[in-house]
Amino acid sequence: MLIPDDRKYSVTHEWAKVEGDKVRVGISDHAQEELGDVVYLDLPEVGRILSKGDVFGAVESVKAVSDLYAPVSGEVVETNTDILNHTERVNESAYDEGWIILIRMSDPSELDGLLDADAYRQIVEEASH
Amino acid sequence: MSFIANTIPEQAAMLDTIGIRSLEDLWDPIPASIRLNRPLDLSPALDEQNLVRHLQRIADANVHLDRNLSFIGAGIYDHYCPAIVSALASRGEFATSYTPYQPEVSQGMLQAMYEFQSLICDLTGMDMANASMYDGATALAEAALMAVEVTGRTRVAVSEAVHPHYRQVLNTYLRSAGDEMILLPARRGITDAASFEDLLKGPPACIIGQQPNFFGCLEDVSNYSNAAVRCGALSIISVDPFTLALLKPPGEMEIDIVTGEGQSLGLPTGFGGPLLGIFACKRDYARRLPGRIVGATTDSEGRRGYVMTLRTREQDIRREKATSNICTNEALMALMASIYLVALGKEGLRETAEICVQKAHYLQQHLENELGLKPLFQSKFFCEFAVTLPIDGDELNQRLLQQGIIGGYNLRRRYPQLPDSMLVCVTETKSRDDLDRFVQAMKECIAS
Amino acid sequence: MSRYTHQNPLLIEGSVPGRRGVRTATLDVPAHSLGDMLGAENLRRELPMPELSELDVVRHYTSLSHHNYSIDSGFYPLGSCTMKYNPKVNDRIAAMPGYSRIHPLQPEETVQGALQIMYELQAMLAEIAGMATATLQPAAGAHAELLSLMMIQAYYRHRGEEGREVVLIPDSAHGTNPASAARCGFTVQTIKTGSNGNIDLSGLKAALSTQTAALMLTNPSTLGLFETRIAEICELAHQRGALVYCDGANMNALLGIARPGDMGFDVMHFNLHKTFSTPHGGGGPGGGVIAVQRCLEPFLPVPVIIHKDGRHYSLEEDRPHTIGRIHSFYGAFLVAVRAYAYIAGLGADGLREVAENAVLNANYIRAKIAESFPAAFPQTCMHEVVVSAGGLRRHGVKALDVSKRLIDYGFHPPTNYFPLTVPEALMIEPTETESKQTLDTFCEALIQISREAEDDPELLRTAPHHTPVSRLNETAAVKKLDVRWSTGG
Repeated sequence: MLIPDDRKYSVTHEWAKVEGDKVRVGISDHAQEELGDVVYLDLPEVGRILSKGDVFGAVESVKAVSDLYAPVSGEVVETNTDILNHTERVNESAYDEGWIILIRMSDPSELDGLLDADAYRQIVEEASH
Repeated sequence: MSFIANTIPEQAAMLDTIGIRSLEDLWDPIPASIRLNRPLDLSPALDEQNLVRHLQRIADANVHLDRNLSFIGAGIYDHYCPAIVSALASRGEFATSYTPYQPEVSQGMLQAMYEFQSLICDLTGMDMANASMYDGATALAEAALMAVEVTGRTRVAVSEAVHPHYRQVLNTYLRSAGDEMILLPARRGITDAASFEDLLKGPPACIIGQQPNFFGCLEDVSNYSNAAVRCGALSIISVDPFTLALLKPPGEMEIDIVTGEGQSLGLPTGFGGPLLGIFACKRDYARRLPGRIVGATTDSEGRRGYVMTLRTREQDIRREKATSNICTNEALMALMASIYLVALGKEGLRETAEICVQKAHYLQQHLENELGLKPLFQSKFFCEFAVTLPIDGDELNQRLLQQGIIGGYNLRRRYPQLPDSMLVCVTETKSRDDLDRFVQAMKECIAS
Repeated sequence: MSRYTHQNPLLIEGSVPGRRGVRTATLDVPAHSLGDMLGAENLRRELPMPELSELDVVRHYTSLSHHNYSIDSGFYPLGSCTMKYNPKVNDRIAAMPGYSRIHPLQPEETVQGALQIMYELQAMLAEIAGMATATLQPAAGAHAELLSLMMIQAYYRHRGEEGREVVLIPDSAHGTNPASAARCGFTVQTIKTGSNGNIDLSGLKAALSTQTAALMLTNPSTLGLFETRIAEICELAHQRGALVYCDGANMNALLGIARPGDMGFDVMHFNLHKTFSTPHGGGGPGGGVIAVQRCLEPFLPVPVIIHKDGRHYSLEEDRPHTIGRIHSFYGAFLVAVRAYAYIAGLGADGLREVAENAVLNANYIRAKIAESFPAAFPQTCMHEVVVSAGGLRRHGVKALDVSKRLIDYGFHPPTNYFPLTVPEALMIEPTETESKQTLDTFCEALIQISREAEDDPELLRTAPHHTPVSRLNETAAVKKLDVRWSTGG
């Protein structure tokens, strides 16, 4: 299972990668594996203001739906519309091409509340035992 | 009667395997204080023969359509149902199966539902249909709620010429959800198109009409789609699918959602249930559609097969966020409708529908020419029409019943503003003799 | 066997231009122009319908039926669905013209038999439920849930307690419960199951408040367990002014043994197509019934059947507090006729035997397969047993694989992955009409499959092997949506 250490994670299995004053968000490799083949994504509108923990969209496989939670507060500045027609990228490239939204952070200190790779790995491993 | 296979020695052996001594021990988890300490208060059990006799006796208290001439329609139509429909649909393989959750052993029903969806799309001219709903009224209510969801608006505009029961059901659903219903008035039997203009001021979620409408009149369906486009609402038309053998499909008029009652496609009148709700829409709404949908796909060896699809809309996965709470559809009724449609086929459907139209017009003319009963409305009609009466409609129906005839629907039951009138329905089940007999009976009953 | 494994062409693929099927009528009145009668602008140009002979249609559907598993074909232990034998005599009765050939808008005096059936069936079901009265209006179980919640909503509106907006639902509940509650605008709050499989009482106490409208419980629960402290639970809810709803999907376990009304429930629904043997028709028609205590009676949907002078039955619509009409007519009448026949045939003793044997059969399976598939909770179960296939995970085998392999042994799989609270759940409901021999063969198959999981897990992962299609690509079904043939208009 891939858990790159260049980014942070949430307990709800989103990853957050800092890019200047912005954060790129997607779902973890573990999350995509649990879901199975992604067939549909519900993305927010660009410009939407999110508070940390808000549901900003949903990702669906054939038999499951998972809400997506904002790992930090801020404004949605970009969404990955390419994945709407290529949902398989969320499975095949969860950490790269399968990113979901880009948020301009309003409170970068919130990043401290997220998990680092090791802590996230521990959570995932505990869950599968 | 009893349908239990286990014998007493077998029960004893099973109890032994479980490790308990008596059947009574099975109820240990239920506290004695809430157990029923007496037999249920029900009539004594009946053997099969006496059961049939008992229920035949109760059935005999009903006046049924095989023995009596009936001219009542108003949402449920007595069409002839060919033998092939019940012969095939009553096969145990179909009738005693559950929802096809395991596609490998349910290809029969799944394919039949895929074919039903296709037939409904072809009839209505719509892009996609679900595998059926409870009935015409709840299908319409589901459509309205879907429009509320899609548009984010809370008002629903519905024509007064939509079946009164359907409007009542719609009102029940809307009231519970906190939404509001606006009534569009009918004039001379047709929804007043001028009232659509008022909707521009406070645009509703949807505009709902019926074709043919409850009065039997043919509406200009494009009025609904045009008005809907202008105010950003969805257009919804409730249809009798049987009439679409001849009438222009609503899909050609850019209608967003078509619902309807499929009972007219080979289902028994059955005192109004079970029925067959039809729901079809434009492809844009694929993910909003309530109810089950069957899709084609392939198996690991590339063979065509069918599965329930777009499942994440449904309640067992999405729970409180589902598009609808519906679990059951009316699969067996949808199967019957499909068999009816293809057993008659392109030619048979058109022919049967035309016979209904011809006979209805024959009767209308004879009532007018011989009895002077004027049509209540001047619009074109399919196989149901309203005539004005010189006497009270209920009284007339009582007199007709004395002659073994079930008269038409008294419109004043739901439209007190209308004059004494009767909504008369004629299907292919009425011979020319039947029609002539009705005219004669009407003459006598009005005169007496 | 090729007849049973071949691919069936679509109806439209067998269509031949000009071929015709059944002729149902002949025109015997003078013909006029359709354009004149209907208006040329209203006529459709073409009707894209298949053109087949009657025999083509018979062969098509007979062939489809060969590809459809049913109770008539074999054991169908689908948990929560109560797939018992559907007595043939009930179908014969429902087909009597006195029932099947009556119109819902006929004058009341011409349908007294139909109204009598409905009235008496309501009374029978109220007696079985231990409630004041019942309505047959709902078309199915989920419909009944929705309407019950509407009645609860109307009840609080009437009492001026509109702040009651929360419905409490256990995590093991059917998905229809939260979906129905959401439809009425209620907020759903989930209650956890305790370690013994029953409701966690302290969690329930904490959740109950003056905002609680209702607690929805399935009893026996979807774990197949009786909620032993149910009387206390109902009392707790009542103390906080909340109503308690019983999802009666599992009533087969309790017929004549215990009644929800006596436990403290205020309202419940029955599924006629589960407990009362009406055929489910591949997903419907269902038949829903709501039974209520007196406090909810004013809110029942209309029409209500009245039997005033003890002779004449009539339909009453004018009821000031009703939630309104909820079906085009009166619910699934022909389904109700079958349920009536079922209860009338069995009587009180027969119904009790149903519950006894349903519970006996489930516990027998629980005991027989315990080593290979341990029950999620070890105590005596009711009409169904939830076991876990989690032990096979070490072989890379899932509950789904076990289910699919059961098909190769000639059985319909149990319900998988429900309730959501049990890992790798298999929910097995044998019903009372299955014999010990059938159960033995089924249990042996399951035990054999657990051995196969160890020896040849691939055999399970690729199952089923003897069906017209193997596992289907459900991802492609969503992504390349194909929900109709495309030859038409």
